[in-house]
This record gives sequence, C-alpha cells and structure tokens, in this order.
Amino acid sequence: MMENNDLLSRIIAEVLAEMGGSVPASAVESAVKASLSAPSGGSVSASSSVADINITTDITSKESKATPTLDNPADMDSLLRMKSKTPARIGVGRAGGRLKTQTMLTLRADHAAAKDAVFMDVDPALLEKMGLFSVTTMCSDKNQFLTRPDLGRRFSDETIREIQSKCAKNVDVQIYASDGLSSTAIKANLENILPAIMDGLKSKGISVGTPFYVKYGRVGAEDAISEALGCKVICVLIGERPGLATAESMSAYIAYNATVGMPEARRTVVSNIHSGGIAAVEAGAYIADLIEKILKAKKSGVELQNG
Amino acid sequence: MKQILSVGIDIGTSTTQVIFSSLSVENTSGYFTVPKISIVGKDIIYKGAIHRTPLRTRTLIDGEAVREIVSAEFQKAGFTPSQTDTGAVIITGESARKENSEEVLRYLSDFAGEFVVSTAGPDIESIVAGKGSGAAAYSEDNGVAVVNLDIGGGTTNAVIFDDGEVCAKGCLDIGGRLVTITDGKIDYISDSARHVSEYVGVALRQGDAARVEDLSRICEGYASVLEQFLGLSEPTKLLHDLKTPGSSDFVLHPKLRAVCFSGGVADFIYGTDADPFHFGDIGVLLGQAIRRSRVCSSFRMIGAAETIRATVVGAGTYTTSVSGSTIDYSDGLFPLKNIPVLRLDSKEQTACFTGDPSVLREKFKWFLEQNDCRNAVIAMDGEKDPSYIAVQRLAKSIVDAVDPVLPPAEPIMIVLRHDMAKVLGRQVRALLSDKRPVISVDSIIVQQNDYIDMGRPLMDGMVIPVVVKTLIFG
Repeated sequence: MMENNDLLSRIIAEVLAEMGGSVPASAVESAVKASLSAPSGGSVSASSSVADINITTDITSKESKATPTLDNPADMDSLLRMKSKTPARIGVGRAGGRLKTQTMLTLRADHAAAKDAVFMDVDPALLEKMGLFSVTTMCSDKNQFLTRPDLGRRFSDETIREIQSKCAKNVDVQIYASDGLSSTAIKANLENILPAIMDGLKSKGISVGTPFYVKYGRVGAEDAISEALGCKVICVLIGERPGLATAESMSAYIAYNATVGMPEARRTVVSNIHSGGIAAVEAGAYIADLIEKILKAKKSGVELQNG
Repeated sequence: MKQILSVGIDIGTSTTQVIFSSLSVENTSGYFTVPKISIVGKDIIYKGAIHRTPLRTRTLIDGEAVREIVSAEFQKAGFTPSQTDTGAVIITGESARKENSEEVLRYLSDFAGEFVVSTAGPDIESIVAGKGSGAAAYSEDNGVAVVNLDIGGGTTNAVIFDDGEVCAKGCLDIGGRLVTITDGKIDYISDSARHVSEYVGVALRQGDAARVEDLSRICEGYASVLEQFLGLSEPTKLLHDLKTPGSSDFVLHPKLRAVCFSGGVADFIYGTDADPFHFGDIGVLLGQAIRRSRVCSSFRMIGAAETIRATVVGAGTYTTSVSGSTIDYSDGLFPLKNIPVLRLDSKEQTACFTGDPSVLREKFKWFLEQNDCRNAVIAMDGEKDPSYIAVQRLAKSIVDAVDPVLPPAEPIMIVLRHDMAKVLGRQVRALLSDKRPVISVDSIIVQQNDYIDMGRPLMDGMVIPVVVKTLIFG
C-alpha cells in the first residue's frame, strides 16, 4: 500500500506539473487519498487505472479473454455465459469514458497479430516438410503485393512454364496453397487440411495434381493456374484478411473450368476454417465431398448453388 | 426447408394424450461456409383430446382400449402411422410399471411408424415435461435457473434447467389422484396419501365421507413436502418416504430463481376455479394448497406454455434433434433403434488418440457381453481442432479395437460431440476398405447407459435425425 501511495503521489505530481504551475505537497496528498477512497467501478480513479492489469498472464490468451474485467458485475454467472457465446469484447468495464488498460493492450496485441499475419512470410521449412515447391506471382515484395492486387493474380511466362513442368496436366483436381493476406492461417491449418482433402479425393478415385505453394497470391491467381494446367477443378487454400478475433482463418476457393476474367460468382467458397470455426481436418473432408459434387455437376459457385 | 412430422403419445396415470407437430429443418449457415442444418421451427399442428387412461384394474392399463384411443386420434388428425417420421411414446407416472409398459407397447407396435421411439422412466419424463411447459426455453432466454414441477395424477416430476441445460431431476409420489372420491365418499387411498395422513395426523378411511377440511390438510402436507424438496424448509422423513423409487436424487441448484408448473394440477395452482371434487380426486385441493405455499411465494412464478399437455408436447416436439451437418455414413443402414451407448471418458479417449486400441477393445468386448447385445455406439467428446495425424491414429485405434470383436456386417458406429465426424468416418472407412459399414456423426451429447435412435438421412443426406434416450423398455 505504501508503495502504491508513493507511486500515485509521483504520478499525480507529474500530471499536475505538466498541467502547469507548482504543486503544493498537501494537494497531492489529498488527491491520493481521494483516489484511493473512491469506490471501484465508480468514477475514474488513478488507482484502478494503475492496478487493473495483471501482466503475469498472457492477455491475448483464450482464458484471459474469457475473464471479465468489469468491476463488480451484478450477475457474474450470466456475464460469463454471455462471454462464452461471443468473441466480442463484452464485460470489459471502463475507466471513465475510456477503455481499461488491459482492454487497450489486448486490442493492440490482437491488432499486432493481425499485422504479423499479413506481413510475415510462410516458413519455408513448413513447405519443405510438406514437400511443396514454391512459386511467386508477379509481385516482387510484400508492399507491391498489398498495393497491386492485379499483380497478385498473374504469373510470369517463366513461372507458368515451371508450374507446367512440375505438375501433372489435365487432372481432375489441382489443389495449391497460397499466403493471401494471412501467412498465419497457412501455418495453423495447412498441414491438417491438405492431406484430408487429398486422401478424401483419392479414396473417391478422383485424380489430384501435385500440390504446391504460391507466394504473394490473390484468389484470382487460381484462374491462371487452371488455364496453365488444364485441370477440371482448381482449389486454392488461402489465408483470409485477419481481423481482431482471429488471424488464423483460411478459406478454400473452388472453381470448375476456371478461366482468367471469369465472373467471381463462379467460385464456391468454404470460409471460416480455423480452430474457432470449422476444424481444418473436418473442412478437408467436407471439401473433398464438395469437389466430387462440383465434378459431377460440372459447375461451381452460384450456378452450383442454384442447381 | 424440410418438414418432419412428429407424433407424441403420453400415457399417464390419469390421462392419455396424442399430439402431432411439424418440425422445420433448414440450413442456417451462410452461403460461404460449411452448412449448418438445424431444427428452426416446432409447430403443434394437432392437439388431441385429453382422455382418461383406461384401466383394467386400479394399476393395470387396458392396452386394447389405449390402442383404440390412439387409433381414433390418428384418424381425427388425418395421419397414418407410415406418415410419421419421428416421435415418442411416453408411459409415465404410476403407469410406467413394467407390465403396463409391455402391454401398451404390444398394442401400439403398429403405430410405432417408421421411427417412433418408446421411452419411459421418471427422469426422462421430468425433462420432457420441462421442455414442453416452456420452462427450458424460459431458462435459456433469461439465463436463469428454473424448476419445472409437472404435477400429474400419481407423481410430481421435477427438473431444474439452468441456461436451458438440465442440471437436476427428480420425482416425488405427489399427485392429484392419490386419493379418489366417488359419490362423496373416499374410495381409494394410495400408500403415499397414507404416509401423509399419518404425518399430518388426519385419519383417512376408505368409504368415509370426503371432507374438504381433511383432504386440504393432506394436500397442505404434500405442499410442505414440496417446500422441503426445494430447500425452503428442513427436510423431514416424509420427503424421503415420498421419493419415487428409481428416480434420481434431486440436487438443488444454489441459484434457483423461478418455478413453473405443468401437469393436470398446474391449472389449479395458476388459479383456475373448480368445485373441489369435480374430478373425483384431490387435484383441485392440491393445486390450491400449493398456491398458498412458500413454493409460490419464494420464487418467481412463470406461466407455462402448456400445463396438462406439457409432457405430450415435449414428447412430440423436443425429443428429436439433428446431427451435425458434416458427417459420414454407409448407405442403407437407417433407421436404427435402441442402440446402446458405450461412452469413453477423457482418459480412454486419449488412449485412442495416441494409437492404443487395447483399452477400447477390452471395454467394447465387456460392454457387449454385459448388455448381451451385438453392437454398440462408441461415444466420445472428440477434439475441437485435432491434427490430421491424430485423427488417423484415432481411426486406427477404433478399427483395431472393434473390427475383430464385431460380428460380420455389423457397422462401426461412432458418435462425437465436437465437429470431426466426417473426417474420422472417412478414415475408418478407408481402413476397413468397405468390408464393414460405418456411421460417424457429431454434435450429439450422450451419456453412458443412454440409447440412441437414428432416422433416415434428411436434407440431401447431410444430416440424420437423432433421438437420445435415457431408458428404454420392451
């Protein structure tokens, strides 16, 4: 308590000093007393903004996010129940008109994870382990990838030739993975989803091409690959633009007889693949069935949905 | 949207009822995600009359007469047994004795349709009534703990829902027909009523004139037992004496806030007026006594959506659920009825996930022998986001454990809580190379000793309707 008092005195003195003018010691003392005696959960107090964060735990962890930081909730059980039903930041309380320190820091940490997902590259060791070769779109670096979506859909002639030389042509299904806007999504899901789809398709007697990896890829890059390889169905497993709830979300964009410039409506999408959505392995088994359906119907996207 | 026709038949101590409801099944997920098929609507499309349960002796049901009632209700509703997709026959209260259940089932067997299940037992009756009365929905909508007391002719079935989930159930021998009156004279006194009469010091004799004051005191005795039951006063020996044999121990919820009443007596708790002996029993007096008791003043009293029909509505409307929407099964196996559930605990599940089939093999063999059955559903929680390698190991453990034990052509059946059934089913099928059929479904929670019914696949085969039962007979 003594330490807290000293710390508070110092902070209050500093703040008051910043506001201008000298501060009599008695004024600081009375400010400290007032802030310590203020009821928690009531008006803003220096003590709550200093003491409301527990930095011994990982504030971005599921457990930490599940714990309300609201002071004195009227019905803790109901609040916990509500929190269990949404990843939204409810029951976090407030410091006056602002976020509490912990809420603020968690938001910034989640934002940092989202930025990392966009700006980091997929670890080459993962691709090597999975036996995937890697090609790059027309983008020369991350900045260009983010600012020039058109280049993220195209390949140089040389790259097209490389893909053609390394992959079987005219197969039923060609699957590949791509970073898109979240490398974290690839890291979290690819090892579990890719074999689930491949094994699923093989057990149905559907021929599957050699999977590979495309760096700096947009969804539309699958059209160029489909044209280059002459596959019936193309499927890209791509990282989705991360949000503050998860940075690990992956989607599969699947198209029958995809061609460059075709309408987006011809793509069938399976989204929300991550630990908090549909599990990667189960999504893989579902996608295998979906591809079988697309092959049979000879159409994808809205046309497939409308029968 | 797809409609399922569901029938509910309730054969209780005093009344027999039939209802039909239409369950609407729809894909509720968006265009860009994996489908999620759920029951989105439950509409009661036919409510039959409330019939007095036909009895041959005081306790023995007249099966043939029950059959006539049910047959006439089917006709009035305009449905044939073959049109019903699902539903439940519930034999409740004092009627649920073994000889009665067998008799009724024998006479109703050709109304069992494609996929009608038969369930009984005080625990399931409590839950079904609490769902039918609307107590479960109220608990979920308001996030509070609610107790539903279904007070019928012979028993009071109690269930506590917290946030819509069952957290306690129990049953007492308290009901409206435990003393009956003919021509102003008492003509039947049940054992339960004798206990109470001794306790409150009112002498009841068969053949005596029925006096409102005496019988009110008996009913006040019953009401005080309900107070004890709900923790409002110290429990006495009488509470113990009135506990229905074979019912669960009722574990009181520390934050019980509201009470809901259903069953025939409920109307007189909610304030319907009637001549005390209009029904030739103590139902009206019992309702009035409970109304005056602390059961009503100590809790928030909520209105019931159904009172006397709560159990039959619950049976016809709330017993069927649908599986998860990404599942895997071999064709031509459904419908399947009364499959016993072998549930793995987390330790046994972990053994399977790590590739050790020995635990499951021993348990599976033992379970088939114990239950004298050919097959069983293997139930476990599964994992929320398992790795592909883990799924492969789990599949191999299951096949290695179960395939050598099962008779030829019997399917391997797996029920999981978490959404991973399709990938697991695929793996199991691949390992068996289609020598044996496989059923793998998820989003279903079952307990050890439950039984499960699985109906014909719906919605392009994406889901199957499932009924989980805690007890079966027949």
